[in-house]
Amino acid sequence: MSSRVEILNDGGYRSDGRRQYELRDIDIDLSQQGTADGCCTITHGLTQVLVTVFGPKEAKMRSQTLHDRAVINVEMNVLPFSTGERRRRARADRRILELAATIKSTFEPVVQTTLYPRSQIDIFVQVLQQDGGLLHACINATTLALISAGIPMTDFVCAVSGGVHSTSPLLDLTTLEENDLPHMTVAVMPRTGKVTLVALETRLHVDRFADIFRLAGDAGQALHKEMKRAVKSRATRLVGAMETGMKPPMGGADAFERDVVMEDKMSF
Amino acid sequence: MVDITIRKRPRTEAVLTQRKFFKKTARGKVIKVLRERYLRDDVGCGIDGCSVCHDLRDFSLPSSGSSAHAQYPNGHFVLPDTNVFLAQMDLMESDLFNPPIILLQTVMEEVRHRSLPLYNRLKALIRAEDKRIWVFYNEYRSETAVIREEGESPNDRNDRGIRMATAWYKTHISLARPPVRGQPSRPSPTVVLLSDDVANRQKAEKEGLVSISVRKYVEALQDTSKLLDLLSAPGSDEVEPTRVASARQALYPDYLPMSTLGAGVKSGQLHQGHFNANQYNYLEGNVPVAAFDKPILLIGRENMNRAVQGDVVAVEVFSESEWKAPADEVVEQETTLRNDDADESEEENDDEEAIAERKVLQAERARREASVRQPTGRVVGIIKRNWRSYVCHIDSTSLTSSNTTSLSQQTVFATPVSRLLPRIRLRTRQAPALLGQKILVTIDRWDSTSRYPEGHFVRALGKVESKEAEQESLLLEFDIPYRPFGKAILDCLPPEGDHWVVPPKTADNPVWRDREDLRDLIICSIDPPGCQDIDDALHARTLPNGNIEAGVHIADVSHFVHPDNPMDSEAAARGTTVYLVDKRIDMLPALLGTNLCSLRPHVERLAFSVIWELTPEADIVNVRFTKSVIASKSAFTYEEAQIRKDDPKLDDDLTKSIRLLNSLAQKLKANRMAAGALNLASPEVKIQLDSSESSDPIDVEQKELRETNSLVEEFMLLANISVARKIEEAFPQTAVLRRHLPPPRSNFEKLQDILQKRKGLTLDVSSSRALADSLDKCLDPNEPAFNTLVRIMATRCMLSAEYFCSGSVARDTFGHYGLASSIYTHFTSPIRRYADVLVHRQLSAAIGYSSLHATLHSKSHVERVLDVVNRRHRMAQMAGRASVEFYVGLALKSRGKGKATTEEAFVIRTFRNGLAVYVSKLGIEGLVTFKRETQFDPDAYTMTVPAASPEAVGTTIAVFDKVTVEIEVEKDKNTQRGRVKMTLRSPVDSSTL
Repeated sequence: MSSRVEILNDGGYRSDGRRQYELRDIDIDLSQQGTADGCCTITHGLTQVLVTVFGPKEAKMRSQTLHDRAVINVEMNVLPFSTGERRRRARADRRILELAATIKSTFEPVVQTTLYPRSQIDIFVQVLQQDGGLLHACINATTLALISAGIPMTDFVCAVSGGVHSTSPLLDLTTLEENDLPHMTVAVMPRTGKVTLVALETRLHVDRFADIFRLAGDAGQALHKEMKRAVKSRATRLVGAMETGMKPPMGGADAFERDVVMEDKMSF
Repeated sequence: MVDITIRKRPRTEAVLTQRKFFKKTARGKVIKVLRERYLRDDVGCGIDGCSVCHDLRDFSLPSSGSSAHAQYPNGHFVLPDTNVFLAQMDLMESDLFNPPIILLQTVMEEVRHRSLPLYNRLKALIRAEDKRIWVFYNEYRSETAVIREEGESPNDRNDRGIRMATAWYKTHISLARPPVRGQPSRPSPTVVLLSDDVANRQKAEKEGLVSISVRKYVEALQDTSKLLDLLSAPGSDEVEPTRVASARQALYPDYLPMSTLGAGVKSGQLHQGHFNANQYNYLEGNVPVAAFDKPILLIGRENMNRAVQGDVVAVEVFSESEWKAPADEVVEQETTLRNDDADESEEENDDEEAIAERKVLQAERARREASVRQPTGRVVGIIKRNWRSYVCHIDSTSLTSSNTTSLSQQTVFATPVSRLLPRIRLRTRQAPALLGQKILVTIDRWDSTSRYPEGHFVRALGKVESKEAEQESLLLEFDIPYRPFGKAILDCLPPEGDHWVVPPKTADNPVWRDREDLRDLIICSIDPPGCQDIDDALHARTLPNGNIEAGVHIADVSHFVHPDNPMDSEAAARGTTVYLVDKRIDMLPALLGTNLCSLRPHVERLAFSVIWELTPEADIVNVRFTKSVIASKSAFTYEEAQIRKDDPKLDDDLTKSIRLLNSLAQKLKANRMAAGALNLASPEVKIQLDSSESSDPIDVEQKELRETNSLVEEFMLLANISVARKIEEAFPQTAVLRRHLPPPRSNFEKLQDILQKRKGLTLDVSSSRALADSLDKCLDPNEPAFNTLVRIMATRCMLSAEYFCSGSVARDTFGHYGLASSIYTHFTSPIRRYADVLVHRQLSAAIGYSSLHATLHSKSHVERVLDVVNRRHRMAQMAGRASVEFYVGLALKSRGKGKATTEEAFVIRTFRNGLAVYVSKLGIEGLVTFKRETQFDPDAYTMTVPAASPEAVGTTIAVFDKVTVEIEVEKDKNTQRGRVKMTLRSPVDSSTL
């Protein structure tokens, strides 16, 4: 019966009540998870991804160690209950390996790996729930997890998927929409406006490409604000906890000030 | 830059904003689906001037509603329930029904789930200019969104949602019109819940909402009487049941095993025959079998049991008490089943469509008893399927999404171009792109659980009504091989190509061996204008003894086409050249057909000549056959030859020769007529093309027949008959002959009866002579075209002529009924008919010119070849006719410039709800249907259209009546196929009936 759902009805509503350019509800949780250095759970609509970051730490595998920069290692795991149909996916599933490789190549130019030669950064992606936009949720969660791990990056990476229904572009597709529409994922670096990833796996008319590409880029900026707010509120809470819990650490005020300076740079 | 926002969904209200349900996949796996829903406050109410709402769309409802209803003086809006659209779509579509309508999303979705075709009609309704419909997306508005409660059926949930929306509108209207100080507060308009569901109405009234049934609502409107007609039958006042997906149930009985069928046919319990669908009534078909005079009638889907046009089926005949007369009603699949759903119709074994069909059948059953009975039966098995690829259109209403970027797989209906075939269900991912195209679809299977056959898409032929697509579809539909000739075939042509000439006459040249030199004879050819493949030429001269020598010279194709080479096998497979209006598909490569074999004037050509010595009274003294070399002196068109003959100033040899031929032809014809040859008629028209390049039709005209047409015809008949005698004598076992069996008397019964009752004329069918005579007497002094019409109808009662091998049938069945000749063959057009090539070879062997190729000594081989040729011949005729029909359509369009043309027509058949008419001027047949009930008298072949007012006497129309019809080409909305639509203009105007 899924074919009986209208993707975009005449009133301009999508099947879940959103309009064309509306993203789904996004919920960011940056709280500590176990021994991870940084972690983030993003719930984007009904897609939920947990990313944990370990490192930078000494590289374990000699052969893969690079002497001038850190190695990024992405491992992805899709939990069997993440989709409606319960299905166990092997670790070596090609689809999953490909997604992991995509995430890796997205972040390699953004993370300042040269600061940590001969070390490695591990990124573990757990997919808890899937409902479309898996790749962009993974990328956004990874950005935030890296930030919460304190790994220096040149910029945020904000990804959004976009598709086209007839001639109307849509943002942030659900599974239902992804099955029916040509769609692509675009990851931008909002400060510079650079694009680190464009993933297009369906056939899309070349005339529509530019539209959606630009639109997804713009949506990345909107998402950036949300992500920045989450980082900021997490930082504020941590700082608040530090202030109330114990005596101020050495140069605490300075550090805070530095943060603010950085903040200014970031806004544009 | 567009405004990009992130919608927030309160997690705490997950009950309201998330939906969880279980779904069973096609494989039977159960999966859990979770969907979210974003509720919003910016869904507009659509009432103009609302101070609270805002929406992206322009508000379309008038601020004070409509005051056209007596019960709601303050103005009102109509908020219909789902059942209104499911049952009363005709009413909603009426021009007269136009209150402001609030259409809820809940209702739309429910309609969509219940019936896609209805949903598509609903969507068209929303887009219609003259309707005031506002779609309110109640499921997305936070106040009106409902969730299904524990134990609540989806239907009840929807009803509750509808009531909730009604209640919301009620309060919203009063909120949105705050009383203005100083002005009397205007009463706010009422929102009326329109529902035929009693339970829903009761609940609504309990909640203080205004609700009314459709009938009651309409009764208080202004145009009550007209609108009440549109209401569907009452009595459906119960709560609509929600369909529960049941296990697939068999809709058709299973076939018997093949061995049982074989034994049954052998023992005579079952009958075997080709299944023929009825083109006027898709619920009926027949199977002609040897055991009965009349074909066995199959009534209803179950009895036809998945047989498709052309299948060889085994039929069980019912006992005589169940025999019936064929239907007298036009039942079109598209109209009866237009609400059927491609996606899962097999689940709904008891749905509205099936009921509708049953109604049609029941209604007929009662009436059938009166008239003539015919054996009835049911198909119990298929002996051989004759499925091929069919040219179809996609039915647009069966599409779930017509969005061209959609990648989803859809199940859609493909409607075949031929009316004889059922709709085919197919699954495709490119349905939207195929809309408005002609496509080729193959049937794969037809399960007993599926109402429709399942097929798959083969390829697209092109846009509907583009000439290429239409032409190709024609060729495919009639199974005509149209690929260009391959290299192996072209290699069989003479290596000189178009420089080939008859070599100079020398004693040792093999071409000249046993060939007579007739280059000095005054030979000419007479053909239709523009003819390129001239395969016959004639001459006549007076002999010293007073007799006349007449000669027919036929292109010597067998000199170039040798038996058993690739060119010969290709020609045998093609069987005949096919003439379409704008294209000719050759049997032989063009080099031969239009050049080397074509008897063009002023060049030497090889020929096969039949030369008679005739007395001036046209009695044959002797006949001889010879290979020859001729040089035609001129190529005339019929018209030129006629003018030349009639011009008294001309007195050259050529003209004399034509005059001589003409005088002989007249005598020959007279002799033939005296022997009882029939003068038959078939609807023949000619399409006038703009120019040879553009092939845009300008107009249609009837073919003119001149004396010279008959001149050529008579000599060709004479040649054919002479040759037939010769080859039959030489090869009694394998001679290729042509025969026309006398039609069984029962074929004429209906026509005789009609003539007797309507015109008081009798038709004597005891012999072809008697028939010819009585046809001559079928005259209506006021109506010269009447005779032609009767001839056309008589022609249809006859069997078609066929080629046969002389050894395969009894000697006494050789006769040609139409020509009243005891023996006949085809010899005169070897360029375009393969049978003639065979005859040439046989004649050549019969006169000792060459030896007969071994294959022509084999009875079974000749039979096999002639089977193919017969079939191709039939197909070519039909394709030609269909091509003319298509061009007549185009011509009508260009002539009418969008307006309809009005023509006179004859009624040729009456139905309970319509007339079949024949427009002689255009050579087309059409159907006029009446929606309203008419009085039909099958025995008198009349129908009476009731007059508008009850006092006045209705108009009676009978078979053979002359009527005036308006002809227009309209595009079928769903399939995009153009079809000729006829409406009666006089004696009554049927456009409103």
